[in-house]
Amino acid sequence: MRREKEKDYLYITLHTELPYRYSAGRYMSRFLTTLRDEARILASRCTHCGTVLVPPRVVCGNCFAEMEEFVEVGPRGTLKTFSVINFPFIDPFTGVQRPVPYGYAIVQLDGCDNGLPHFLDEIDVHKLRIGLRVEAVFKPQDEREGAMTDILHFRVIGD
Amino acid sequence: MPKRVAIIGSGQTDHTSRRADVNIPELIKEAVDRALVDAELTIDDIDAVVIGNMEHFEGINLSDMWASEGSGAVMKPAMKIATGGTTGASVAACAYYHCASGLFDRVLAIGWEKLSESDTTTGIITAFDPIVERLTLAGAVGGLAIEANLYMTSYGITQEQVAKAAVMARKNAQRNPHAHLKLDLTVEQVLNSPMIAYPIHYLDMCPTSDGACAVIFASEDVARKSANPPAWVKAAVCRHNHPYIGDVDWRKSTLESAAIEAYRLAGITHPRRELDVIELYDPASFALLSWIESLHICGPGEGGKMIDTGAITMEGDIPVNPSGGVISTNPIGATALIRVAEAALQIQGKAGARQVEGVRTALATGFGGSYWSEVFILGRAS
Repeated sequence: MRREKEKDYLYITLHTELPYRYSAGRYMSRFLTTLRDEARILASRCTHCGTVLVPPRVVCGNCFAEMEEFVEVGPRGTLKTFSVINFPFIDPFTGVQRPVPYGYAIVQLDGCDNGLPHFLDEIDVHKLRIGLRVEAVFKPQDEREGAMTDILHFRVIGD
Repeated sequence: MPKRVAIIGSGQTDHTSRRADVNIPELIKEAVDRALVDAELTIDDIDAVVIGNMEHFEGINLSDMWASEGSGAVMKPAMKIATGGTTGASVAACAYYHCASGLFDRVLAIGWEKLSESDTTTGIITAFDPIVERLTLAGAVGGLAIEANLYMTSYGITQEQVAKAAVMARKNAQRNPHAHLKLDLTVEQVLNSPMIAYPIHYLDMCPTSDGACAVIFASEDVARKSANPPAWVKAAVCRHNHPYIGDVDWRKSTLESAAIEAYRLAGITHPRRELDVIELYDPASFALLSWIESLHICGPGEGGKMIDTGAITMEGDIPVNPSGGVISTNPIGATALIRVAEAALQIQGKAGARQVEGVRTALATGFGGSYWSEVFILGRAS
């Protein structure tokens, strides 16, 4: 079959503005308002197996049991793994390119069994190592709005 | 008891970065036509259609409706499956379930994607939790980079070993007429390519492709009369995971769990000896080393040795990805179905220049979502 030249074919470009409003629900709302009002990080504990998970959620995935207890975790923790992101892509939050490079961390907060993803303030991979101690840096109280961005990033505090 | 089921034909487009000459149904029709020709069937022989892609890559919600003429689904039972990177394997599993149930004799499984139509990383981010995870996630690249870092740090796997796997895959792709990237690379070229997300270099990562794949599943009686040697389904196992990336415990992998169950179903006790070829869903080159550990082909941390000794190359005792794999070809909704199709071709002895000699048992995997997995085992003997 003969292929036409690329220029013979048309592309139709659409920009679809379709705003969404996601309900945070009972557990996530409490998590976010506690970040905003008290600069504290809440997790949920499974009454069945004792696992502590952040963000808090109503069901423990391992037990399918209700997680009824809220516990405070962090703000310090350990770098479970990390990357430094350094390629361009459109951020679905903003519709424009996300600024790169940025440090991307999975932080195991003290008192917690899983990890929390967030920004790292360090982008030099030679200064980063799995297992480093890190600490959440919060926005000033008057700028916090009940979102993950109320934590600015995690900063390395040592070994 | 499930009925016995086999793959009796498959077809793929010639995958590439951009197919401006075809729209979505036209692209799908190419793969379907090739599968029907391969199986010596017509669309009238097909009892049902299962089709899959990821809606956010093209922004089309009812892609099965859009595709219905190209897929041949008009006036037939049809359904759409979307499970992220695993979509193609989920489509295959669903087609298998259709036939194994005894309700259908010939089911057409289709996976497709036209990744040139939007930004793939953006699309992937929208699959994740909007409140906690989208803020920092950098699509599959970022998600795989943190797993690669943990794996390589835990076992002292070097960037050179990972780069060797990338070179091997693109070399294999040169023998596959359907492959997208048929690159002749050196380890130095991989290591000198931009570090897109530490420790993943540009040339360690899969491309974004336009392409489609179609595979025909048949019930036992029909398969025995098929024009092609049947590739019998010995196991099809799926494992989902916790929702958040932060929840994932990479030491308890869904791939390992699925493989253990698949080996049990297929009666395999020594995977490295009993499997003849693997088509692994390798979205980045480290996966060629790490995920064969999850499949118990070697012990934990021994993936580096598997490339150093050449065990997983075409000349080795357990070739992985004769097709070139995902890091050579990646139309996402088709990608995991291509693994199944390639494993079937190896069983059928129809893999052309990429054929591994004397394949009796082949394993294919799918990877997607929050690090979840599918494992297929196909065999020559029913």
